[in-house]
Amino acid sequence: MSKTNEVLIGPIVKNNPIALQILGICSALAVTSNLKTALVMGIAVSLVTAFSNLFISAIRNQIPGNIRIIVQMTIIASLVIVVDQILKAFAYEISKQLSVFVGLIITNCIVMGRAEAFAMKNPPGISFLDGIGNGLGYTLVLMFVGTIRELLGSGSLFGIEILPLVNNGGWYQGNGLLLLPPSAFFIIGMFIWIIRSWKPEQVEKPEYTLAPNTKGAQH
Amino acid sequence: MSSNNDTIGKTLTVTILLCVICSVVVSAAAVMLKPKQVANKDLDRKSNILAAAGISDPSKSVDELFKQITTRYVDLDSGKFVEAPVANYDVRKAAKDPQLGEKLSRSEDIASIKYQAKVMPVYLIESGDGNIEKVILPVHGYGLWSTLYGFLALEGDLNTVVGLGFYSHGETPGLGGEVDNPIWKGLWPGKKVYGSDTSDPEIHLVKGGVDPSAPEAEYKVDALSGATLTSNGVTHLIQFWMGKNGYAPFLNNLRAGEA
Repeated sequence: MSKTNEVLIGPIVKNNPIALQILGICSALAVTSNLKTALVMGIAVSLVTAFSNLFISAIRNQIPGNIRIIVQMTIIASLVIVVDQILKAFAYEISKQLSVFVGLIITNCIVMGRAEAFAMKNPPGISFLDGIGNGLGYTLVLMFVGTIRELLGSGSLFGIEILPLVNNGGWYQGNGLLLLPPSAFFIIGMFIWIIRSWKPEQVEKPEYTLAPNTKGAQH
Repeated sequence: MSSNNDTIGKTLTVTILLCVICSVVVSAAAVMLKPKQVANKDLDRKSNILAAAGISDPSKSVDELFKQITTRYVDLDSGKFVEAPVANYDVRKAAKDPQLGEKLSRSEDIASIKYQAKVMPVYLIESGDGNIEKVILPVHGYGLWSTLYGFLALEGDLNTVVGLGFYSHGETPGLGGEVDNPIWKGLWPGKKVYGSDTSDPEIHLVKGGVDPSAPEAEYKVDALSGATLTSNGVTHLIQFWMGKNGYAPFLNNLRAGEA
Protein backbone atom coordinates (compact mmCIF):
# COMPACT_ATOMS: atom_id res chain seq x y z
CA MET A 1 0.00 0.00 0.00
CA SER A 2 1.44 3.36 -1.02
CA LYS A 3 1.86 6.05 1.58
CA THR A 4 -0.99 8.12 0.09
CA ASN A 5 -3.39 5.23 0.34
CA GLU A 6 -2.19 4.43 3.79
CA VAL A 7 -2.87 7.89 5.25
CA LEU A 8 -6.15 8.26 3.37
CA ILE A 9 -7.71 4.80 3.72
CA GLY A 10 -5.90 3.61 6.85
CA PRO A 11 -7.86 5.76 9.36
CA ILE A 12 -11.18 4.54 8.00
CA VAL A 13 -11.00 1.04 9.48
CA LYS A 14 -7.48 0.02 10.36
CA ASN A 15 -6.61 3.05 12.42
CA ASN A 16 -10.03 4.61 13.00
CA PRO A 17 -9.80 7.71 15.21
CA ILE A 18 -12.89 6.83 17.23
CA ALA A 19 -12.71 3.04 17.28
CA LEU A 20 -8.98 2.54 17.76
CA GLN A 21 -7.63 5.83 19.02
CA ILE A 22 -10.85 6.51 21.05
CA LEU A 23 -10.75 10.22 20.16
CA GLY A 24 -13.63 12.58 19.54
CA ILE A 25 -16.19 10.56 21.47
CA CYS A 26 -18.05 13.50 23.01
CA SER A 27 -19.26 15.04 19.77
CA ALA A 28 -20.05 11.55 18.47
CA LEU A 29 -22.58 11.30 21.32
CA ALA A 30 -24.10 14.69 20.74
CA VAL A 31 -24.74 15.01 17.03
CA THR A 32 -25.74 11.48 16.02
CA SER A 33 -29.44 11.49 16.88
CA ASN A 34 -30.12 12.02 13.19
CA LEU A 35 -28.14 11.42 10.01
CA LYS A 36 -28.28 14.92 8.58
CA THR A 37 -26.50 16.54 11.49
CA ALA A 38 -24.07 13.60 11.70
CA LEU A 39 -23.12 14.00 8.05
CA VAL A 40 -22.67 17.77 8.24
CA MET A 41 -20.65 17.42 11.43
CA GLY A 42 -18.49 14.76 9.74
CA ILE A 43 -17.83 17.01 6.76
CA ALA A 44 -17.06 19.97 9.03
CA VAL A 45 -14.59 17.96 11.12
CA SER A 46 -12.95 16.49 7.98
CA LEU A 47 -12.41 19.95 6.51
CA VAL A 48 -11.11 21.43 9.74
CA THR A 49 -8.73 18.51 10.30
CA ALA A 50 -7.48 18.59 6.70
CA PHE A 51 -6.86 22.33 6.57
CA SER A 52 -5.42 22.62 10.06
CA ASN A 53 -3.03 19.78 9.14
CA LEU A 54 -2.15 21.57 5.90
CA PHE A 55 -1.41 24.94 7.49
CA ILE A 56 0.35 23.56 10.54
CA SER A 57 2.50 21.34 8.38
CA ALA A 58 3.31 24.25 6.07
CA ILE A 59 4.77 26.29 8.92
CA ARG A 60 6.00 23.36 11.02
CA ASN A 61 9.65 24.34 10.59
CA GLN A 62 8.97 27.86 11.84
CA ILE A 63 6.89 27.02 14.91
CA PRO A 64 8.85 27.48 18.15
CA GLY A 65 8.66 24.21 20.09
CA ASN A 66 7.57 25.74 23.37
CA ILE A 67 4.47 27.50 21.99
CA ARG A 68 3.52 24.90 19.39
CA ILE A 69 0.30 23.81 21.10
CA ILE A 70 -0.96 27.39 21.26
CA VAL A 71 -0.04 27.95 17.62
CA GLN A 72 -1.98 24.81 16.66
CA MET A 73 -4.96 25.90 18.74
CA THR A 74 -5.01 29.34 17.12
CA ILE A 75 -5.06 27.89 13.63
CA ILE A 76 -7.71 25.29 14.53
CA ALA A 77 -9.88 27.85 16.31
CA SER A 78 -9.76 30.24 13.35
CA LEU A 79 -10.76 27.48 10.95
CA VAL A 80 -13.63 26.40 13.20
CA ILE A 81 -14.97 29.95 13.37
CA VAL A 82 -14.84 30.18 9.59
CA VAL A 83 -16.71 26.86 9.25
CA ASP A 84 -19.28 28.01 11.80
CA GLN A 85 -19.84 31.28 9.92
CA ILE A 86 -20.21 29.45 6.61
CA LEU A 87 -22.75 27.02 8.07
CA LYS A 88 -24.75 29.91 9.52
CA ALA A 89 -24.80 31.59 6.12
CA PHE A 90 -25.49 28.61 3.87
CA ALA A 91 -27.06 25.89 6.02
CA TYR A 92 -28.93 27.83 8.68
CA GLU A 93 -31.35 25.04 9.68
CA ILE A 94 -28.55 22.56 10.29
CA SER A 95 -26.35 25.06 12.06
CA LYS A 96 -29.26 25.67 14.44
CA GLN A 97 -29.44 21.95 15.20
CA LEU A 98 -25.69 21.58 15.61
CA SER A 99 -25.64 24.72 17.80
CA VAL A 100 -22.58 24.71 20.05
CA PHE A 101 -21.12 21.51 18.68
CA VAL A 102 -19.61 23.23 15.66
CA GLY A 103 -17.74 25.54 18.01
CA LEU A 104 -16.69 22.54 20.03
CA ILE A 105 -14.81 21.06 17.05
CA ILE A 106 -11.96 23.14 18.51
CA THR A 107 -11.83 20.76 21.43
CA ASN A 108 -12.23 17.65 19.28
CA CYS A 109 -9.19 15.57 20.10
CA ILE A 110 -8.94 14.25 16.54
CA VAL A 111 -8.03 17.67 15.14
CA MET A 112 -5.45 18.43 17.80
CA GLY A 113 -4.20 14.84 17.87
CA ARG A 114 -3.52 14.73 14.13
CA ALA A 115 -1.88 18.16 14.17
CA GLU A 116 0.52 17.15 16.92
CA ALA A 117 1.11 13.54 15.85
CA PHE A 118 1.23 13.87 12.06
CA ALA A 119 1.30 17.42 10.68
CA MET A 120 4.26 18.50 12.85
CA LYS A 121 6.43 15.77 11.30
CA ASN A 122 5.23 15.46 7.69
CA PRO A 123 5.05 17.66 4.59
CA PRO A 124 1.82 19.58 3.81
CA GLY A 125 0.37 17.43 1.00
CA ILE A 126 0.41 14.18 2.89
CA SER A 127 -0.75 15.94 6.08
CA PHE A 128 -3.77 17.27 4.23
CA LEU A 129 -4.66 13.73 3.10
CA ASP A 130 -4.14 12.44 6.62
CA GLY A 131 -6.66 15.04 7.82
CA ILE A 132 -9.18 13.97 5.17
CA GLY A 133 -8.63 10.29 6.02
CA ASN A 134 -9.15 10.80 9.72
CA GLY A 135 -12.16 12.99 9.04
CA LEU A 136 -13.63 10.21 6.91
CA GLY A 137 -12.98 7.67 9.66
CA TYR A 138 -14.82 9.95 12.09
CA THR A 139 -17.64 10.52 9.60
CA LEU A 140 -18.01 6.76 9.05
CA VAL A 141 -18.54 6.09 12.76
CA LEU A 142 -20.93 9.05 13.03
CA MET A 143 -22.97 7.76 10.11
CA PHE A 144 -23.05 4.23 11.54
CA VAL A 145 -24.24 5.49 14.93
CA GLY A 146 -26.58 8.00 13.29
CA THR A 147 -28.22 5.33 11.12
CA ILE A 148 -29.03 3.11 14.09
CA ARG A 149 -30.18 5.98 16.29
CA GLU A 150 -32.35 7.70 13.72
CA LEU A 151 -33.87 4.52 12.28
CA LEU A 152 -34.77 2.88 15.58
CA GLY A 153 -35.27 6.12 17.53
CA SER A 154 -37.40 8.20 15.20
CA GLY A 155 -38.18 5.67 12.46
CA SER A 156 -36.60 7.68 9.67
CA LEU A 157 -33.36 8.11 7.73
CA PHE A 158 -32.27 11.61 6.67
CA GLY A 159 -35.68 12.75 7.87
CA ILE A 160 -37.51 10.44 5.44
CA GLU A 161 -39.96 8.17 7.20
CA ILE A 162 -39.02 4.47 7.03
CA LEU A 163 -40.88 3.03 10.01
CA PRO A 164 -44.13 4.96 10.61
CA LEU A 165 -44.28 5.99 14.28
CA VAL A 166 -47.22 5.32 16.58
CA ASN A 167 -47.24 9.06 17.39
CA ASN A 168 -47.90 9.78 13.72
CA GLY A 169 -50.50 7.07 13.34
CA GLY A 170 -48.16 4.23 12.28
CA TRP A 171 -47.18 0.98 14.00
CA TYR A 172 -43.60 1.55 15.16
CA GLN A 173 -42.96 2.58 18.78
CA GLY A 174 -39.78 4.65 18.65
CA ASN A 175 -37.03 3.76 21.10
CA GLY A 176 -36.64 6.91 23.18
CA LEU A 177 -33.31 5.85 24.67
CA LEU A 178 -31.71 5.94 21.23
CA LEU A 179 -32.58 9.62 20.88
CA LEU A 180 -30.65 10.46 24.04
CA PRO A 181 -26.86 10.86 24.00
CA PRO A 182 -25.98 7.89 26.28
CA SER A 183 -27.24 5.40 23.68
CA ALA A 184 -24.33 6.39 21.42
CA PHE A 185 -22.00 4.93 24.07
CA PHE A 186 -23.55 1.49 23.61
CA ILE A 187 -23.51 1.75 19.83
CA ILE A 188 -19.90 2.95 19.67
CA GLY A 189 -18.98 0.16 22.08
CA MET A 190 -20.61 -2.38 19.80
CA PHE A 191 -18.90 -0.82 16.78
CA ILE A 192 -15.50 -1.19 18.45
CA TRP A 193 -16.37 -4.78 19.36
CA ILE A 194 -17.31 -5.60 15.75
CA ILE A 195 -14.13 -4.01 14.35
CA ARG A 196 -11.93 -5.78 16.85
CA SER A 197 -13.54 -9.16 16.19
CA TRP A 198 -12.89 -8.61 12.50
CA LYS A 199 -9.34 -7.31 13.03
CA PRO A 200 -8.12 -8.97 16.25
CA GLU A 201 -4.71 -7.23 15.98
CA GLN A 202 -6.45 -4.06 17.25
CA VAL A 203 -7.09 -5.60 20.65
CA GLU A 204 -4.69 -4.07 23.16
CA LYS A 205 -2.59 -6.39 25.31
CA PRO A 206 -3.87 -6.25 28.87
CA GLU A 207 -1.54 -4.13 31.01
CA TYR A 208 -1.89 -6.55 33.92
CA THR A 209 -2.84 -10.19 33.89
CA LEU A 210 -4.12 -12.14 36.82
CA ALA A 211 -1.40 -14.42 38.12
CA PRO A 212 -2.43 -18.06 38.49
CA ASN A 213 -3.40 -18.97 42.01
CA THR A 214 -0.30 -20.70 43.43
CA LYS A 215 -1.49 -21.12 46.99
CA GLY A 216 -3.89 -23.91 46.27
CA ALA A 217 -7.40 -24.09 47.62
CA GLN A 218 -7.76 -23.11 51.26
CA HIS A 219 -10.67 -24.39 53.25
CA MET B 1 11.50 22.57 15.09
CA SER B 2 15.16 23.46 15.11
CA SER B 3 16.40 24.94 18.35
CA ASN B 4 16.92 28.44 16.92
CA ASN B 5 13.13 28.70 16.65
CA ASP B 6 12.99 29.00 20.42
CA THR B 7 14.57 32.44 20.70
CA ILE B 8 12.40 35.20 22.14
CA GLY B 9 12.54 37.17 18.89
CA LYS B 10 11.41 34.26 16.76
CA THR B 11 8.66 33.30 19.20
CA LEU B 12 7.27 36.84 19.17
CA THR B 13 7.48 37.12 15.38
CA VAL B 14 5.67 33.84 14.81
CA THR B 15 3.00 34.67 17.39
CA ILE B 16 2.30 38.14 16.05
CA LEU B 17 2.26 37.11 12.40
CA LEU B 18 0.01 34.14 13.12
CA CYS B 19 -2.42 36.22 15.16
CA VAL B 20 -2.64 38.92 12.51
CA ILE B 21 -3.26 36.43 9.71
CA CYS B 22 -5.83 34.46 11.72
CA SER B 23 -7.71 37.57 12.80
CA VAL B 24 -7.85 38.85 9.22
CA VAL B 25 -9.24 35.49 8.03
CA VAL B 26 -11.80 35.28 10.83
CA SER B 27 -13.00 38.87 10.52
CA ALA B 28 -13.17 38.63 6.74
CA ALA B 29 -15.38 35.55 7.00
CA ALA B 30 -17.58 37.16 9.63
CA VAL B 31 -18.00 40.44 7.76
CA MET B 32 -18.56 38.93 4.33
CA LEU B 33 -21.10 36.39 5.48
CA LYS B 34 -22.97 38.71 7.86
CA PRO B 35 -25.65 39.92 5.38
CA LYS B 36 -26.49 36.35 4.42
CA GLN B 37 -26.71 35.26 8.06
CA VAL B 38 -28.98 38.16 8.98
CA ALA B 39 -31.20 37.33 6.01
CA ASN B 40 -31.33 33.69 7.14
CA LYS B 41 -32.35 34.64 10.67
CA ASP B 42 -35.02 36.96 9.36
CA LEU B 43 -36.35 34.31 6.99
CA ASP B 44 -36.43 31.78 9.82
CA ARG B 45 -38.43 34.15 12.06
CA LYS B 46 -40.85 34.94 9.26
CA SER B 47 -41.45 31.32 8.34
CA ASN B 48 -42.12 30.51 12.01
CA ILE B 49 -44.68 33.29 12.23
CA LEU B 50 -46.36 32.06 9.07
CA ALA B 51 -46.35 28.48 10.35
CA ALA B 52 -48.06 29.51 13.61
CA ALA B 53 -50.69 31.41 11.64
CA GLY B 54 -51.28 28.32 9.53
CA ILE B 55 -50.32 30.07 6.30
CA SER B 56 -48.48 27.93 3.83
CA ASP B 57 -48.25 28.13 0.08
CA PRO B 58 -45.36 26.27 -1.51
CA SER B 59 -45.74 28.26 -4.72
CA LYS B 60 -44.87 31.54 -3.01
CA SER B 61 -41.71 32.57 -1.21
CA VAL B 62 -41.72 33.32 2.49
CA ASP B 63 -41.14 37.00 1.82
CA GLU B 64 -44.12 37.17 -0.52
CA LEU B 65 -46.38 35.46 2.01
CA PHE B 66 -45.11 37.70 4.77
CA LYS B 67 -46.31 40.80 2.91
CA GLN B 68 -49.83 40.28 4.25
CA ILE B 69 -48.52 40.50 7.81
CA THR B 70 -48.09 43.86 9.56
CA THR B 71 -45.55 44.09 12.36
CA ARG B 72 -46.60 46.43 15.18
CA TYR B 73 -45.20 47.05 18.64
CA VAL B 74 -47.24 47.00 21.81
CA ASP B 75 -46.56 48.41 25.24
CA LEU B 76 -47.61 45.58 27.52
CA ASP B 77 -48.57 47.72 30.54
CA SER B 78 -50.87 50.12 28.72
CA GLY B 79 -51.80 47.64 25.99
CA LYS B 80 -51.44 50.33 23.33
CA PHE B 81 -49.59 50.32 20.05
CA VAL B 82 -46.28 52.20 20.23
CA GLU B 83 -43.36 52.81 17.93
CA ALA B 84 -40.42 50.41 18.18
CA PRO B 85 -38.29 51.79 21.04
CA VAL B 86 -35.05 51.48 19.06
CA ALA B 87 -34.14 50.55 15.51
CA ASN B 88 -33.60 46.80 15.04
CA TYR B 89 -35.44 46.16 18.29
CA ASP B 90 -34.35 42.83 19.79
CA VAL B 91 -36.77 41.55 22.42
CA ARG B 92 -34.31 39.17 24.07
CA LYS B 93 -31.77 41.96 24.56
CA ALA B 94 -34.42 44.45 25.62
CA ALA B 95 -35.71 42.17 28.39
CA LYS B 96 -32.41 42.50 30.26
CA ASP B 97 -31.93 46.18 29.49
CA PRO B 98 -32.69 48.35 32.58
CA GLN B 99 -34.61 50.88 30.46
CA LEU B 100 -36.43 48.59 28.06
CA GLY B 101 -37.12 45.62 30.28
CA GLU B 102 -38.14 44.80 33.82
CA LYS B 103 -37.46 42.10 36.33
CA LEU B 104 -40.49 40.03 37.24
CA SER B 105 -41.31 39.27 40.85
CA ARG B 106 -41.47 35.62 41.76
CA SER B 107 -45.25 35.58 42.13
CA GLU B 108 -45.78 37.15 38.71
CA ASP B 109 -43.23 35.03 36.94
CA ILE B 110 -45.16 31.81 36.40
CA ALA B 111 -43.38 31.14 33.10
CA SER B 112 -39.94 31.40 34.82
CA ILE B 113 -38.55 33.93 32.36
CA LYS B 114 -37.14 36.29 35.05
CA TYR B 115 -36.97 39.35 32.76
CA GLN B 116 -39.59 40.69 30.40
CA ALA B 117 -39.38 43.36 27.72
CA LYS B 118 -41.84 46.24 28.20
CA VAL B 119 -42.56 46.42 24.50
CA MET B 120 -43.30 43.32 22.42
CA PRO B 121 -43.75 42.95 18.68
CA VAL B 122 -47.09 41.58 17.50
CA TYR B 123 -47.97 40.48 13.99
CA LEU B 124 -51.35 41.30 12.50
CA ILE B 125 -53.11 40.02 9.44
CA GLU B 126 -55.77 42.48 8.36
CA SER B 127 -58.58 41.74 5.98
CA GLY B 128 -59.41 44.17 3.19
CA ASP B 129 -61.88 46.23 5.25
CA GLY B 130 -59.38 46.96 8.01
CA ASN B 131 -60.65 44.33 10.43
CA ILE B 132 -58.14 42.09 12.10
CA GLU B 133 -58.21 38.57 10.75
CA LYS B 134 -55.43 37.02 12.83
CA VAL B 135 -53.07 38.12 15.59
CA ILE B 136 -49.76 36.34 16.08
CA LEU B 137 -48.11 36.81 19.46
CA PRO B 138 -44.57 35.80 20.43
CA VAL B 139 -44.51 33.71 23.62
CA HIS B 140 -41.78 32.04 25.62
CA GLY B 141 -41.28 30.28 28.92
CA TYR B 142 -39.32 27.59 30.70
CA GLY B 143 -40.08 23.92 30.15
CA LEU B 144 -37.99 21.17 31.69
CA TRP B 145 -34.48 21.87 30.38
CA SER B 146 -34.79 24.95 28.29
CA THR B 147 -36.73 28.06 27.41
CA LEU B 148 -39.29 27.38 24.70
CA TYR B 149 -39.70 30.21 22.19
CA GLY B 150 -42.72 30.23 19.94
CA PHE B 151 -45.72 31.99 18.49
CA LEU B 152 -49.40 31.73 19.37
CA ALA B 153 -51.81 32.81 16.67
CA LEU B 154 -55.40 33.88 17.44
CA GLU B 155 -58.44 34.42 15.21
CA GLY B 156 -59.97 37.87 14.78
CA ASP B 157 -62.25 37.23 17.80
CA LEU B 158 -59.00 37.35 19.85
CA ASN B 159 -60.03 34.19 21.65
CA THR B 160 -59.91 31.23 19.27
CA VAL B 161 -56.50 29.65 18.71
CA VAL B 162 -55.29 29.37 15.12
CA GLY B 163 -52.06 27.63 15.96
CA LEU B 164 -49.14 27.31 18.33
CA GLY B 165 -45.61 26.58 17.27
CA PHE B 166 -42.22 26.64 18.97
CA TYR B 167 -39.17 27.50 16.92
CA SER B 168 -36.50 27.03 19.55
CA HIS B 169 -36.31 24.70 22.53
CA GLY B 170 -34.08 22.04 24.05
CA GLU B 171 -36.60 19.60 25.49
CA THR B 172 -36.02 15.82 25.59
CA PRO B 173 -36.32 14.33 22.10
CA GLY B 174 -39.27 11.95 21.86
CA LEU B 175 -40.87 13.23 25.09
CA GLY B 176 -40.96 17.00 25.66
CA GLY B 177 -39.53 17.44 22.18
CA GLU B 178 -42.90 16.28 20.87
CA VAL B 179 -44.05 19.92 21.16
CA ASP B 180 -42.92 19.95 17.53
CA ASN B 181 -45.11 16.98 16.60
CA PRO B 182 -47.60 18.09 13.93
CA ILE B 183 -50.31 15.85 15.41
CA TRP B 184 -49.99 17.48 18.83
CA LYS B 185 -49.86 20.94 17.29
CA GLY B 186 -53.01 19.96 15.39
CA LEU B 187 -54.88 19.77 18.72
CA TRP B 188 -54.61 23.53 19.21
CA PRO B 189 -56.62 25.15 16.41
CA GLY B 190 -60.17 25.93 17.51
CA LYS B 191 -59.40 25.96 21.24
CA LYS B 192 -60.50 29.01 23.25
CA VAL B 193 -58.09 30.99 25.41
CA TYR B 194 -60.47 32.98 27.61
CA GLY B 195 -63.69 32.14 29.40
CA SER B 196 -65.87 35.00 30.65
CA ASP B 197 -62.91 36.88 32.15
CA THR B 198 -60.75 38.21 29.35
CA SER B 199 -57.81 38.96 31.64
CA ASP B 200 -57.47 35.49 33.06
CA PRO B 201 -56.83 32.75 30.50
CA GLU B 202 -58.61 29.44 30.98
CA ILE B 203 -56.68 27.36 28.48
CA HIS B 204 -54.40 24.67 29.89
CA LEU B 205 -52.99 21.23 29.19
CA VAL B 206 -54.55 18.19 30.85
CA LYS B 207 -53.27 14.67 31.26
CA GLY B 208 -55.03 11.65 29.90
CA GLY B 209 -56.66 13.11 26.84
CA VAL B 210 -59.54 15.49 26.32
CA ASP B 211 -63.06 14.20 25.84
CA PRO B 212 -64.51 16.55 23.22
CA SER B 213 -68.01 16.23 24.70
CA ALA B 214 -66.86 17.14 28.23
CA PRO B 215 -67.77 20.61 29.49
CA GLU B 216 -65.03 23.17 28.94
CA ALA B 217 -63.22 20.86 26.51
CA GLU B 218 -62.55 23.92 24.39
CA TYR B 219 -60.18 25.23 27.10
CA LYS B 220 -58.29 21.96 27.42
CA VAL B 221 -55.51 20.52 25.30
CA ASP B 222 -54.10 17.02 25.71
CA ALA B 223 -50.73 17.12 27.49
CA LEU B 224 -47.61 15.50 26.06
CA SER B 225 -47.27 11.93 27.29
CA GLY B 226 -44.15 11.31 29.35
CA ALA B 227 -43.41 15.02 29.57
CA THR B 228 -45.26 16.41 32.57
CA LEU B 229 -42.80 19.22 33.21
CA THR B 230 -42.68 20.37 29.60
CA SER B 231 -46.50 20.26 29.53
CA ASN B 232 -46.65 22.34 32.72
CA GLY B 233 -44.18 24.74 31.13
CA VAL B 234 -46.41 25.15 28.08
CA THR B 235 -49.47 25.76 30.29
CA HIS B 236 -47.56 28.32 32.35
CA LEU B 237 -46.15 30.20 29.42
CA ILE B 238 -49.53 30.46 27.70
CA GLN B 239 -51.20 31.52 30.96
CA PHE B 240 -48.48 34.08 31.57
CA TRP B 241 -48.45 35.66 28.13
CA MET B 242 -52.21 35.66 27.75
CA GLY B 243 -52.65 36.99 31.31
CA LYS B 244 -52.52 40.49 32.74
CA ASN B 245 -48.72 40.74 32.64
CA GLY B 246 -48.76 39.59 29.03
CA TYR B 247 -51.03 40.52 26.18
CA ALA B 248 -54.40 40.62 28.01
CA PRO B 249 -54.50 44.46 28.32
CA PHE B 250 -53.58 44.79 24.65
CA LEU B 251 -56.18 42.23 23.54
CA ASN B 252 -58.86 43.93 25.67
CA ASN B 253 -58.00 47.28 24.07
CA LEU B 254 -58.08 45.72 20.65
CA ARG B 255 -61.49 44.22 21.33
CA ALA B 256 -62.77 47.64 22.41
CA GLY B 257 -61.11 49.19 19.37
CA GLU B 258 -58.85 51.38 21.49
CA ALA B 259 -55.41 49.90 20.99
